[in-house]
Amino acid sequence: MVKRKDKSHGEAPIISAKDVHKAFGNVEVLKGVSMDVDKGEVVCIIGPSGSGKSTLLRCINALVQIDRGEIRVSNYQVHTLRTDKELLKLRREVSMVFQQYNLFPHKTVLENVMMAPVHVLKENKAEVEARAHKLLAKVRLENKVAAYPGELSGGQQQRVAIARGLAMRPEIMLFDEVTAALDPETVKEVLVTIRELAEDGMTCVLVTHEMGFAREVADHMYFTDRGVIVEDGPPAEFFAHPREARTREFLSQIL
Amino acid sequence: MSARRHLGILRPLPENAAFPVLLPAAERLQAKALRERGMGLPAFDLKPRDAMLLGLFLVLLMAGIAEAANGPVREGIVPTLIKWTPLLATGFVFNIAISFLAMATGTVAGAFLGLGQISIFGPVRKVAWLVTHFFRNAPWLVLLFFCMFLLPFQIQIFGVIIPLPDWLKATFGLALPVMANVSEIVRGAIETIPTGQWESAQALAFTRQQTIWKIILPQCIKRMLPPWMNLYAILAMDTVLASIVGVNEVMTLAGDVLGAEGGRTDLLLPIYSYILLWFFLYCYPIARWTVRLERRFAVK
Repeated sequence: MVKRKDKSHGEAPIISAKDVHKAFGNVEVLKGVSMDVDKGEVVCIIGPSGSGKSTLLRCINALVQIDRGEIRVSNYQVHTLRTDKELLKLRREVSMVFQQYNLFPHKTVLENVMMAPVHVLKENKAEVEARAHKLLAKVRLENKVAAYPGELSGGQQQRVAIARGLAMRPEIMLFDEVTAALDPETVKEVLVTIRELAEDGMTCVLVTHEMGFAREVADHMYFTDRGVIVEDGPPAEFFAHPREARTREFLSQIL
Repeated sequence: MSARRHLGILRPLPENAAFPVLLPAAERLQAKALRERGMGLPAFDLKPRDAMLLGLFLVLLMAGIAEAANGPVREGIVPTLIKWTPLLATGFVFNIAISFLAMATGTVAGAFLGLGQISIFGPVRKVAWLVTHFFRNAPWLVLLFFCMFLLPFQIQIFGVIIPLPDWLKATFGLALPVMANVSEIVRGAIETIPTGQWESAQALAFTRQQTIWKIILPQCIKRMLPPWMNLYAILAMDTVLASIVGVNEVMTLAGDVLGAEGGRTDLLLPIYSYILLWFFLYCYPIARWTVRLERRFAVK
């Protein structure tokens, strides 16, 4: 756990998922998942491939529509949002960073960070540019503002992706296995960036395989397997004394 | 010293003898062989200079044959061709102009049709698909005839009568298959953009329209250029179909020239070879340029 500036004081959780079901065709990916995330908390979701972790993340910012259940993010009932306008309001509050960075290759780094606030939020271009420079300085890429994504390394691209997510000034950031495609050295630079975000009070939900990072930074751990949450708890307990056999099995293989 | 040692070349080779590749051209030939194997037939890879020489040789051959068959009284083939070149040139320029116009209108219409094929509205998608595949699988000449007979010879807009000349109708008729092919090119290019781009645009709250116009389509331009240029080369050659529906372009003018020369049979082959050469000189550089672009923009 890390010292944080903001902490929720007995408020309702900022993310609340209840009994979420999702099937893609005949394959049931989420079979009744419930999760609560407080404001300012860092939550890590771990689990084997195909357990539904990424899908759960995508349900939170409505990239995937759920079949059954409820998801509340801040004041929005995510499962009821349909039109672009409503989804826009939700996605201002929730930003997502992907495993494959997904930067826009035909735009420079600065343009990548500026595009969403300018075109979606319709903010003043000069203001957005100033903010973009600050964000890129925060992720230590101020000397790469005019570069194209193809000229950057994987770790640098991922940090630009984080800056791009931050440009929307979200309350919550979702990280979908963001270090999985990086080599061990560059993993560290990205994790340091995420850790700083967490220390600044950002609510973060991470799907990750980085157990060391999770143990250090997370406030709460969730373990998913085959579409259900098998176990959850504070990292100290979770890693030291896992209750379920499946959790023990999984942890023994990766630690 | 046994004979064995001196006659080492007669010894059987060891099992895994590896011969170092010494020929400088070996790498190039190897790459060529790989390409041929991939394509399934020999690669016909003419260098531009060789292609020009081949074209020139064919023309001279035709002219020579005709010249030999000529009597001493009539004008030579080559002087005749040169005499009529300005007229034929105007016809050729007309062909090129038709090709530009048809390509421009077809591209704009085809782009929208292509976007219609990926629309989220089912009916729009179905209609776009139908239109695309109808015009893609119709013979260009049949479409030309359709347009010549279906389109009126004049239209009235706000009381102003605008005549529709034949060449305009022919251009429209050629724009239809162009539209259908561009639609497929656009749809194909959009489908090669990784879904991650759509996802991250969605996560940043871009609307679908914004995503398509600001993020997806700009990335598609490079991918669409080679097949689009290929389509243009085909269109440029097919503009001669307009002569069949009565447009006064280079083929029609060639017929007129033959008539003006009194129906000389020895002029038949040379004049059409001449026109062939012009089209070749116009389309072949486009084809080479397309190949260069394809290599530069190869989708990895």
